Amino acid sequence: MKILWTGLGFIAIAEFIALCVSFLNPKKGKTVSGNSDNIIEAGTIDSFQPESVTAFVRGKFYLVCLKDGGFLALSSKCTHLGCSVPWNEEEKKFICPCHASQFDMTGKVLSSPAPRALDIYKIKIVNMNIIVDISRIIKRAGFAKEQVIYPENVKR
Amino acid sequence: MQNESRDHEPANSKKMLAAKPFNTFVSFIKHIHPVKIPLSSLAFKCTWGLGGMSLVLAFMLMVTGILMQLAYKPLPGIAYESVQLIKNDILFGQLVRNIHYFSANFLVIVAFCHMLRVFFTSGFYGTRRVNWIIGICIFLLILLSCFTGYLLPWDQTAYWAVTICINMFEYIPSGSFFKNFVTDGYEVSTRTLQMFFTLHTTLIPSILIILFAIHFWKIRKAGGVVFPGTHHADDNIKPVMVKSNPNLFLRETVVGAVLIAFILSISLVFNAPLDDIANSGLSPNPAKAPWYFSGLQELLVHFHPLFAVFIIPVLALLLLFFTPFITDTAAQKGVWFISDKAKKAGFISALFSIICVPGFILLDEYVVNFQLLMPDMVGVISTGLIPFSIVIAFIFIFYYLMKRKFNLSINEAFQTIFIFLTTAYIVLTVTGTWLRGPGMKLIW
Repeated sequence: MKILWTGLGFIAIAEFIALCVSFLNPKKGKTVSGNSDNIIEAGTIDSFQPESVTAFVRGKFYLVCLKDGGFLALSSKCTHLGCSVPWNEEEKKFICPCHASQFDMTGKVLSSPAPRALDIYKIKIVNMNIIVDISRIIKRAGFAKEQVIYPENVKR
Repeated sequence: MQNESRDHEPANSKKMLAAKPFNTFVSFIKHIHPVKIPLSSLAFKCTWGLGGMSLVLAFMLMVTGILMQLAYKPLPGIAYESVQLIKNDILFGQLVRNIHYFSANFLVIVAFCHMLRVFFTSGFYGTRRVNWIIGICIFLLILLSCFTGYLLPWDQTAYWAVTICINMFEYIPSGSFFKNFVTDGYEVSTRTLQMFFTLHTTLIPSILIILFAIHFWKIRKAGGVVFPGTHHADDNIKPVMVKSNPNLFLRETVVGAVLIAFILSISLVFNAPLDDIANSGLSPNPAKAPWYFSGLQELLVHFHPLFAVFIIPVLALLLLFFTPFITDTAAQKGVWFISDKAKKAGFISALFSIICVPGFILLDEYVVNFQLLMPDMVGVISTGLIPFSIVIAFIFIFYYLMKRKFNLSINEAFQTIFIFLTTAYIVLTVTGTWLRGPGMKLIW
């Protein structure tokens, strides 16, 4: 009898915890890609100079046009502790105001404490238009050539 | 006690009816205290009244907190406006906010000192062990309460301090889960604010009230506070007893009244800070943690995050929790710093800490760069494990040297190290709070 009651008690506690968790769990599937809030049209390819960094305040990312014409969408969030990293035009670096991490144009870490390169977002180029999908953040250890998106008609 | 007999009398006169709630209150106060207490436990230097002060501050926080909760709106942006409303438009709103702010900050300090007092008077052995652990839990909850309250004004300082602290969780095993849980996955948001608001105004205060009750009950169970000579209780030497009323009550009232007067005067002169409204796209430079976490933030500058925000704090907490279990229970209780030679050793270790820790900070800042020394090594090892091992080895060598030099018992040696570490943490906190400028560079 005692075991039964204890068991029932535990089941009740488990149910209560499950209820709390499901109540607090953020609704999944709310941020589906394709949702217009998560798709940002950055503009046409030719509106970006090679070797330039353009900030997008709404999506909190930088659209980087590399020397060779490739594009990268870098999250403006420092990988160390989440501060917002501004682009320093004179030094051609991203310098975090919080703990002085530095990143180069491709988001690669130049100076610690940041543990990994700036996160990136997926880019698509449709009809010369650059479209950035900010629904999913892509973490990466460092910079790799494959991350850069090139317009089809531009020579590499 | 005397009131019980009065309950049986017919309460026919109006005066009696009016007096009854007050009598109940007095009776309650009398019953949570013992009728008689040892004379020597009354001395101010025995406890410094720190526990009572904490309670008074907690009470002031609750009163002002409830008042502000009536005007506060927990939604990003609107929160900031409502705090401005409290500040500028509500009569005495600024004063209430100031009292809340200063009480909270003093509570952290007073509760910390209370913990030190219990430690240094060896008030955590035997039946008091559980109460020591409850006390640490209360202290941690106070910190959590301060931290959750820190976000509520939704200004730049608050927003970025909380962002930094929440992102620290990414370096703790299974911490990303927690981070996603409170932030909607990406950044400090409405969800975070509402969670912090609920924690700050409902959950933490309720748990604290329950823990307070257990904490006080446990003091009664242990026979009151520790005082010099407590350990003689089982011998036939009985301590001189005096009545709590008025001896203790008077002292408590005076300490409480002075404290309230003190907080009120500070609140009249200084204003609680309020920065610009939070902007999630612009980090201020420097973006700092609240001062009670700036010791951790300072560790973060020197160690890999895994060590700075996880391994070191967890080890420190474990050490704190288990102190009464790993040291010698039969030790002298109620005497400050155990003995004269331990006092001397403690003084030296505090002094040593004040010299060494800034030395280490300067070395790490300007001379040694572990990452450059070992560029091929993973960050966790080069900037984490190696410096951490050096520090631990240093502490152990210091421990044995002190133990041999002064011929210390285990408790005395332990206390020496505790003093070393506490001083080190205070030095780190001071450095993190006042000596870190833009880009976390040292300034003075």
